[in-house]
Amino acid sequence: MSEIGGIDQSLTAARPQAMAALLRYFRDLDAAEEAFQDACLKALLHWPRNGPPRDPVAWLIMVGRNAAIDTLRKTSRTQALPAEALISNLEDAEADLAERLDGADYRDDVLRLLFVCCHPGLPATQQIALALRVVSGLGVRQIARAFLVGEAAMEHRITRAKARIAATGAAFGAPSAVERAERLTVVAAMIYLIFNEGYSASGGGAVNSSRDQLCDEAIRLGRLLLRLFQVEPEIMGLTALMLLQHARAPARFDAAGGVVLLERQDRGRWNAAMIAEGLALIDKAMRHRAPGPYQIQAAIAGLHARAATYEDTDWVGIEQLYAALERLQPSPVVSLNRAMAVAKVSGPEAALAMIEPLAGRLSGYFHFFGAKGALLMSLGRDLPAREAFQRAIALAQSPAEAAYIRGHLDRLSGAAPDQA
Amino acid sequence: MLYAILCYNSEDLVTSWTQAEDDAVMARLHVVHERLEREGRLGPSVRLMPTTTATTLFKGEKPMVVDGPFAETKEQFLGFYVIDVASLDDAIQVARDLGEANPTGAYEIRPMSLYLPGAPLG
Repeated sequence: MSEIGGIDQSLTAARPQAMAALLRYFRDLDAAEEAFQDACLKALLHWPRNGPPRDPVAWLIMVGRNAAIDTLRKTSRTQALPAEALISNLEDAEADLAERLDGADYRDDVLRLLFVCCHPGLPATQQIALALRVVSGLGVRQIARAFLVGEAAMEHRITRAKARIAATGAAFGAPSAVERAERLTVVAAMIYLIFNEGYSASGGGAVNSSRDQLCDEAIRLGRLLLRLFQVEPEIMGLTALMLLQHARAPARFDAAGGVVLLERQDRGRWNAAMIAEGLALIDKAMRHRAPGPYQIQAAIAGLHARAATYEDTDWVGIEQLYAALERLQPSPVVSLNRAMAVAKVSGPEAALAMIEPLAGRLSGYFHFFGAKGALLMSLGRDLPAREAFQRAIALAQSPAEAAYIRGHLDRLSGAAPDQA
Repeated sequence: MLYAILCYNSEDLVTSWTQAEDDAVMARLHVVHERLEREGRLGPSVRLMPTTTATTLFKGEKPMVVDGPFAETKEQFLGFYVIDVASLDDAIQVARDLGEANPTGAYEIRPMSLYLPGAPLG
């Protein structure tokens, strides 16, 4: 690893915290970003010479803030302090600041930075793009690639999002306990959106790696949030959920980019370290006896992760967890998932009866028809199965999804040549 | 003389390594591990999971379990145990038992992501 490469990593790792503090000073995203950029340039200059500071975050905040003040002075034609003197003075100030940053201030700073990106006036895709740019520091080109749009379009989208935030203003006061809890909920949802953006549509090749990056980034933000809010079981649940789902990434696609369903995945390729960490977090969260949607979903993913083979899956446990999730956060998609677990426990007839009432609300949902087709097929009702699969193909969001269903259709035609 | 070497690094940094970067570091370390183990000089080595997975038991008359790692301020890192239990609850129970025998300070309970037994020492 080259020295500059190492510094780059430190800067990336320090970015969310440093940006968060700079946003508190400047109350403006662009100004905070500029100050951070300035600080990074100075780091690239000074760190190879003097060695990296003990606390890179505190260093970047100090230097970023001073550089911005310096620029202000220059533009107002007053005498600027020599930059070198400022930087050599940093050691004490750095220790001072680091101490202060350990306090609650710091937590609220990072939460605020993430919360600002979740501005309710912005559509979800813009919130995510903005967070990836501002908080994670991903390049516009990388973000554009992950969202499958052009670089110019993404640049425009981010600029517009920032303008919208600047126009309406953000809350810079210290949040009350209730506000803090609300912000945490909103921010957790945004982080999970980032994760899903990476997880749901990933396929093979170069797109896959930029999508994977979104999952990694979401996990990083989840861990960061958890370090700052250590006693929040839902943040433990969220981080566990993302780790357990992402652990399966290496087995989710075949060499041709086709979807490999859970039942056919090579479990040896699952990431054992991520699974272990996810399970440890669930263990921790459970002790609070305060179940929430992320914890329950994580527990479901945990049961899959614990099963040595698909046949060993604890479907009774999974069905119970989906039933709990249904009570806590009723949605037709959750009911559909519960029905699929019921199919394993009580058979496809029972599951079909459960999904029938969902038809109206899930008439535009790929997985509804995929699941319905699979249930009908397992009952040997080929004609309605074929109809369901055809509806599914029409609703597929990716070539991989469509190819998977087409595989079913091929099998149906192969199995019943006499019906043709 | 037996020594412990305690590993410190920025967690932000280490957890943002890509799998390839992490693998590369571990491969380089492994070369050193192997040599030391062959020489009979390396006992158990451990990589801990991130501090987000940690739980701390504050000892005393009424031991208190708190989420998160132990923040070193007045107390110093003085030793550690390696235990094999089925769950966090069991680990906390072990810590409570130890805490009864030695009722001051705190125990941080942190799952391991890697445990290498190494060579028999002593």
